[in-house]
Amino acid sequence: MDALMLDGNAVAGLLQEVFAVEMTTAIETCNACGATNEVGALHVFRGAGIVMRCPHCDNALMTIAEGGARMWIGFAGVRTLQVTV
Amino acid sequence: MEGTAVLGRLSWQVAEVVDVVEETPRVKTVRFEIPGWAGHRAGQHVDVRLTAEDGYQAQRSYSIASSPDGTQVELTVERLEDGEVSPYLTDVLRPGDQIELRGPIGGYFVWEPPQGGPLLLVAGGSGVAPLMAMIRLRAAVGSDADTRLLFSSRSWEDVIYREELERLEGGGLRVVHTLTRSPPAGWTGYARRVDAEILAEVGPGPTERPRVYVCGPTLFVETVAQALVQLGHEPHMVKTERFGPTGG
Amino acid sequence: MPPLISRGFRGRRGDAPAGRVPAGQYVTPDFPVLSAGPTPHTPLDRWDFSIVGEVDEPRRWTWEEFRALPTEEVTVDIHCVTKWSKLDTVWQGVSVDTLLDGIETSAEHVIQFSDGGYTTNVPLEDVTGGRAWVAFGYDGEPLEPEHGGPARMLVPHLYFWKSAKWVRGLQLQTYDEPGFWEVNGYHNYGDPWKEQRYWGD
Repeated sequence: MDALMLDGNAVAGLLQEVFAVEMTTAIETCNACGATNEVGALHVFRGAGIVMRCPHCDNALMTIAEGGARMWIGFAGVRTLQVTV
Repeated sequence: MEGTAVLGRLSWQVAEVVDVVEETPRVKTVRFEIPGWAGHRAGQHVDVRLTAEDGYQAQRSYSIASSPDGTQVELTVERLEDGEVSPYLTDVLRPGDQIELRGPIGGYFVWEPPQGGPLLLVAGGSGVAPLMAMIRLRAAVGSDADTRLLFSSRSWEDVIYREELERLEGGGLRVVHTLTRSPPAGWTGYARRVDAEILAEVGPGPTERPRVYVCGPTLFVETVAQALVQLGHEPHMVKTERFGPTGG
Repeated sequence: MPPLISRGFRGRRGDAPAGRVPAGQYVTPDFPVLSAGPTPHTPLDRWDFSIVGEVDEPRRWTWEEFRALPTEEVTVDIHCVTKWSKLDTVWQGVSVDTLLDGIETSAEHVIQFSDGGYTTNVPLEDVTGGRAWVAFGYDGEPLEPEHGGPARMLVPHLYFWKSAKWVRGLQLQTYDEPGFWEVNGYHNYGDPWKEQRYWGD
């Protein structure tokens, strides 16, 4: 429990800006503990950039850095992402 | 049909203020006209962006409080004392002013009438906004789905949409208030923060498999979500929307 | 389409005295709390601070030992890559020079490592010569957990993500190793006066 924490839907706009598909209902699999969750249910932290963590094991699943015209999305903690197209 | 909409890239749109209405001493509803607005689902939000003359920008997310209504969208905003964006929306905006917003956003925290009930909606203060969109949509389509709103507010004067909720009650909708700071004289309702006992009494219980939507400040949502899971509700049936401390 | 100017919007910004605020930054009256993860809560009787890696002998201090070291009070400006700057912040801490005193090393790089797994990399010369501290106090009070307490790094001449919260030690290396944000788009060095926020800046 952390007062800073938000849900994945807090970054829904940002993700949709990039991916052009509904991302908050995308289902990720954590490569640390294997748990599956909708992106909207992930724990979101705002540091220098955004970190989205597994609700079960706190593994950093995704990171987002916004640098004006460039954006970096890291998927280091995601084994796979299931998206409805 | 969930997930089949062709969304395309989100872009900033100009929204014009139609009306600013006081709901409670701290809360106002701003109604916007957005040319080209293609509608939204109950529970979705918009990102609002403000730009100062020197280019400084601030951006916040606000839940859409209205049910789909052509090109008009309502945001219900609580003025936070040290807020950067909320005081602007509640105190500065006048009809005719224009701001930028993008949306609608979010497919996770939504309710659509075909999903039916039972529904348990748990609101902390201004967290009632997206849940009100659900309640209003439910009324607009004539749904009689078993819907219970458990609504935590500081005091009776702080209850947002108080009269409208009274009018809508019935036909399967039940509204239960809890007042955490100053209940009025003669109050017989709940007068404490939402806990497992209140959740169990208001129900529905886990065996009825309600869809649960919880919205409000992060700590409120965290407490309620944990209590619901401890009562036996499956975690994936409990959807949360946390208004973080940076929102304001 | 250029952004629409919002009539009468200023935001909550403080004055920016000339020369104090790098390009692209705004002065904030608050102390925003940002974090890459949940706030750790290591009890002080389990806390320690270590210097490891390219050193003859690793060093380690318990909380009592750490607090017995000579301390300094410094007033510095801090600059966050998310565009806020906070001027004249007052910290109490132990200089990294004190922690490295007498250490012989061929290392040129330092990895700060923290509870919760956060890391950030800095050249050794950027945390020595009076440029960095392990801070345990802010504004005369013990550093709060949400701001990195019990102790965090303070490296004010770089963007503040280069000052690890909840720091537990420094790993000295002969080779550079980009940290948590540096592998995810943020600049490897991070000089706010050159606006080195992201890769390629």
